Amino acid sequence: MRARTPLQAFTRGVWRENPVLIQLLGLCPALAVTNSVANSIAMSAATIFVLLGSSMLVSAFKRWVPHDVRISTYILVIATFVTVADMSLQAIAPEIHKELGAFVALIVVNCMILGRQEAFASKRPVSRSLLDALGTGLGFSIALLLMGSVREVLGNGTFLGYSVFGQNFEPWVIMVLPPGGFLTLGMILLVLGWIQRRAQERVTVRDWPRGVGAAASRKAA
Amino acid sequence: MNATKNAVTSADGQSIPLSVSPWRLVATLGGAGAVAGFLIVFVFGATQPRILAYKAKVLAAAIEEVLAAPEHYDTLFVVDGNLVSDLPNGADPATAEHVYLGYRDERPVGFAVVAAKPGFQDVVRLIYGYDPRSHRVLGMLVLESRETPGLGDKIIKDSAFVAGFTGVETPITGLKSGRKEDPTAPGAVDMITGATISSRTVIAAINLSLERLAPLMEAYLADGGRDR
Amino acid sequence: MGDLVWILVSAAVVNNFTLALFLGLCPFLGVSGKVETALRMGLANIFVLTMTSVAVSFLNAFVLPYAPYLRLISFIVVIASLVQIVEMAVKKLSPTLFRQLGIFLPLITTNCAILGLALFQTNRGYGFVEGLFFAVGAGLGLTLALVLMASIRERMELADVPDVARGMGLILIVAGALSMAFMGFAGMLSGA
Repeated sequence: MRARTPLQAFTRGVWRENPVLIQLLGLCPALAVTNSVANSIAMSAATIFVLLGSSMLVSAFKRWVPHDVRISTYILVIATFVTVADMSLQAIAPEIHKELGAFVALIVVNCMILGRQEAFASKRPVSRSLLDALGTGLGFSIALLLMGSVREVLGNGTFLGYSVFGQNFEPWVIMVLPPGGFLTLGMILLVLGWIQRRAQERVTVRDWPRGVGAAASRKAA
Repeated sequence: MNATKNAVTSADGQSIPLSVSPWRLVATLGGAGAVAGFLIVFVFGATQPRILAYKAKVLAAAIEEVLAAPEHYDTLFVVDGNLVSDLPNGADPATAEHVYLGYRDERPVGFAVVAAKPGFQDVVRLIYGYDPRSHRVLGMLVLESRETPGLGDKIIKDSAFVAGFTGVETPITGLKSGRKEDPTAPGAVDMITGATISSRTVIAAINLSLERLAPLMEAYLADGGRDR
Repeated sequence: MGDLVWILVSAAVVNNFTLALFLGLCPFLGVSGKVETALRMGLANIFVLTMTSVAVSFLNAFVLPYAPYLRLISFIVVIASLVQIVEMAVKKLSPTLFRQLGIFLPLITTNCAILGLALFQTNRGYGFVEGLFFAVGAGLGLTLALVLMASIRERMELADVPDVARGMGLILIVAGALSMAFMGFAGMLSGA
């Protein structure tokens, strides 16, 4: 979707082209670190940092990067910011860094970030690129927070460490284990697909984002 | 057309990349690499002190807990079947196995050793305190575990289980709860119901570690505690 | 030796790279519903994983002790180069295989499983041999998960699934069920 205004550059990353829920990118961290809200927040912060930093650099220096080496350069820039984020997180919040483990470093292979550089930051001015990065990062965070909340509340009975249900709640432990990650995201996507399908029965198909329900929308068109 | 643009637009709107000299490619990557390297080294220098300080703090806290608060401790290394306080030249401290000797009132209290063994889900890493003179474990603390939450992770959370290791004689045997004939049996620890494998892992980790290291620890103390 | 066997079995099933560690999800969720493609993808991955493990062992032993902060960048460079080399080698040695693997080979570069293997191997301090067993185990586990998912999807095509459920949501729930099934492997080889 082409952003006509700066605001659109920002909002489309948040909802319409939400990287996790619509484009289905960056699933590895979305499933792995969402077993608690605190971890989701930390991972979102690190990812936003990397997104903003690399979008800014790529956009600022886009004139100087020859076409042939552009991907390698983007990856180098992204890897640099990820290394910085990793070391900073380890220094500032060592316990959370230990929980996130290798997944902070794995931000570098998150297709979402490279995709943003290739599709947007390398072609747009710095201000727009930053807005786009911020929007994408925010969309990513929303998805992660949503999953983290569901998994922590159901699987541990807590939210950010604070008990939600009281003493007698028997936590649904599977939610904080790997299957819980798959199930939570699956349920969220199913619900989203159902909502989209319902709304679609009232509006034209043209405006719909790709992704969930795409097959159904193609059939209805 | 901008001189630094690296593509031209053909008549039908396609963007055709101009061929660029290899030197330019190398220079770009080199330049990017240099900036990247500078940034990373800078942040590394800024963060390393804090990271190392935190690791030292965690280690000190763990040793304090398993050796009942010694005043200070020596770091020893396992080299060629001996415990030594200085590494031979050229040996890398990061790969050598560490053992810690705690002191109170200038007298050795006991050794703190890190042990690890695959458990139910993944490797369980723990630290335990040991006194070679009385052949007793002084304390146990699980450092890392991925055991099942609610079941296996009781090896961390069940304080009765953890306390069972204080003062236990070695080698340790694990007993299923309720089967201990003599509750004060010196070499036995009650295992956690529903987490037998995780409990057994902790016990086996300590036993195996002691099999290997207890003679070294005894020899070190016998040598007067200052092995050069 | 027992340790090595544990490393292999643990990486393959107990802590399956895809179903327990969430690595390698792009091919896992995106692979077409064809068992044969999944098998080929898995084998390509085993190959790249093993070579990566060897390269990482060397890096960890000889280069990185001097510059630990360059770990991530050097891993990525090595992985990208390896995949490039493998692609060229396959193209030369077996054009048929190259055509069959098609788009999959370059995609392996961004497969988080490869970088994940490099990082896990480093964090756990595995040496050369342990790293090899780890890589083979991880590759086998990945292939297993891929093939299982592909065969389930083959059947799902013909099953009576409501339209609204078709798509990634259902696939993820199936993955969740697979993940739960694999939890049954926990405790294997842990005869204390």
